[in-house]
Amino acid sequence: MSIRAEGMVAGVLRRTWAMTWKDVTVELRARERINAMLFFAALVLFIFNFALGPDQEKLREVAPGLLWLAFLFTGMLGLGRSFQAERENECFEELLLTPGDRESIYFGKLAGNVLFMVTAEALILPLFGILYNLDIWRLLPSLALVAFLGTVGFSAIGTLLAAMTAHLRAREVMLPLLLFPLTVPVILGSVRATATILAGGGLGEVSHWLKLLGGFDVIFLVVCPLVFEFVLEE
Amino acid sequence: MEERTVVASAQWASEHGRVGAGASLAAKVLGAAAALVLAAGLYLGLVVVPPDAVQGDVQRIMYLHVPSIVTAYVAFLVVFCTSVLYLWKRDLRFDAVAVASAEIGVVLTGITLATGSIWGKSTWGVWWTWDARLTLTAILFTIYVGYLMLRSFAEDPRAGARYGAVLAILGFLDIPLNHFAVYWWRTLHQPSSIIRPGGPSVASTMLVPLGINFAGLVLLSIYLLLERVRLERIRHRTIEVRLKRGRRG
Repeated sequence: MSIRAEGMVAGVLRRTWAMTWKDVTVELRARERINAMLFFAALVLFIFNFALGPDQEKLREVAPGLLWLAFLFTGMLGLGRSFQAERENECFEELLLTPGDRESIYFGKLAGNVLFMVTAEALILPLFGILYNLDIWRLLPSLALVAFLGTVGFSAIGTLLAAMTAHLRAREVMLPLLLFPLTVPVILGSVRATATILAGGGLGEVSHWLKLLGGFDVIFLVVCPLVFEFVLEE
Repeated sequence: MEERTVVASAQWASEHGRVGAGASLAAKVLGAAAALVLAAGLYLGLVVVPPDAVQGDVQRIMYLHVPSIVTAYVAFLVVFCTSVLYLWKRDLRFDAVAVASAEIGVVLTGITLATGSIWGKSTWGVWWTWDARLTLTAILFTIYVGYLMLRSFAEDPRAGARYGAVLAILGFLDIPLNHFAVYWWRTLHQPSSIIRPGGPSVASTMLVPLGINFAGLVLLSIYLLLERVRLERIRHRTIEVRLKRGRRG
């Protein structure tokens, strides 16, 4: 790699880090997103119980789906807020003035969104194990891998769509309407893989789902930053 | 922002002279041809061709069902191509073709889902089942309905065109991934009987009406496309006229 190319990569990484750090700092000070996400996640797990009744056997059967609904709804909540601060304070122009390529903005926002979603998941998972009496502790590494791959794919498209819908009328409605149909492969892959793992299957048994999730992540991590500049254009 | 939008659309509207009050001759001929071909195809399929040996008359719904979904896929391919072209060239004509194709594709997918559902009720005994191909078609339907909703919610038409183009690219890339996901999940649909290794397993008497209806739907789509693009030009022209009035007043 030439010195020039190395400098470019370092520049993108530095600007990406600056963007993520900005979002994390704002979050640490204002606590607007993560508190709401965590409380919402707990509520979702709570409400499922009322919706489905206390039958342990039945709950065990639908557990992987419930877990992912909690993950995704909570993630949605976070994604919806990811460009809200810029919009409400009319800082979109300042965001666009960030030196360097627009990819850094995308990757920075994406890293923040993944971080918030993973934080929420880290709370949901143990709570889920406790509330639904599932022995998940041994399975944590495999579950974490699936959760990470699924979260990256969901956020990759979600970050782009959040930027897009930030300017729309009815933005709260449009984000889920666009996001869920596009992320069906992620939802199916994650839920199926989680079901197999919870039933005692090893990572080998879910390798095709892991490949699908990985493929989805790679494709959209390449395409979304490329088209991101068209979304931000003024 | 508003100003630039209007200028861009005005250029497109006036570039090719006046927008005609009625359909062009080419569109009229296409429309008439589509009506004739579809009438012939449906007559052949619904009346002339003998009923299916096993399924009976219900199978005749296939003569509308299969050509609809094939034409819908062609329409979505057109949406993808014209969206890429729009982002590249920034010519609103490409965008107009993209919206028009998406609308046609959504209608055809809707027809596919409706006819499939009716066929399913009498063959499988249920209106809906979570079979791979049904699910895939439903996902496709939701993606492009979302596309149309997105366009209707964008206040600035140029932004709407950009957002739409980006979403169309994502949606199209999503199709193969959805395909794998849904097929690994489950499959129940009767396997494809025309495009398969070893040649078609369908009687040639059945292929004729299928082919004719496919041609008819393609003609109909092109006719609708031309008319819808003309409508879009009139819409842009209206914006231009309003702007001029506003300046004078």
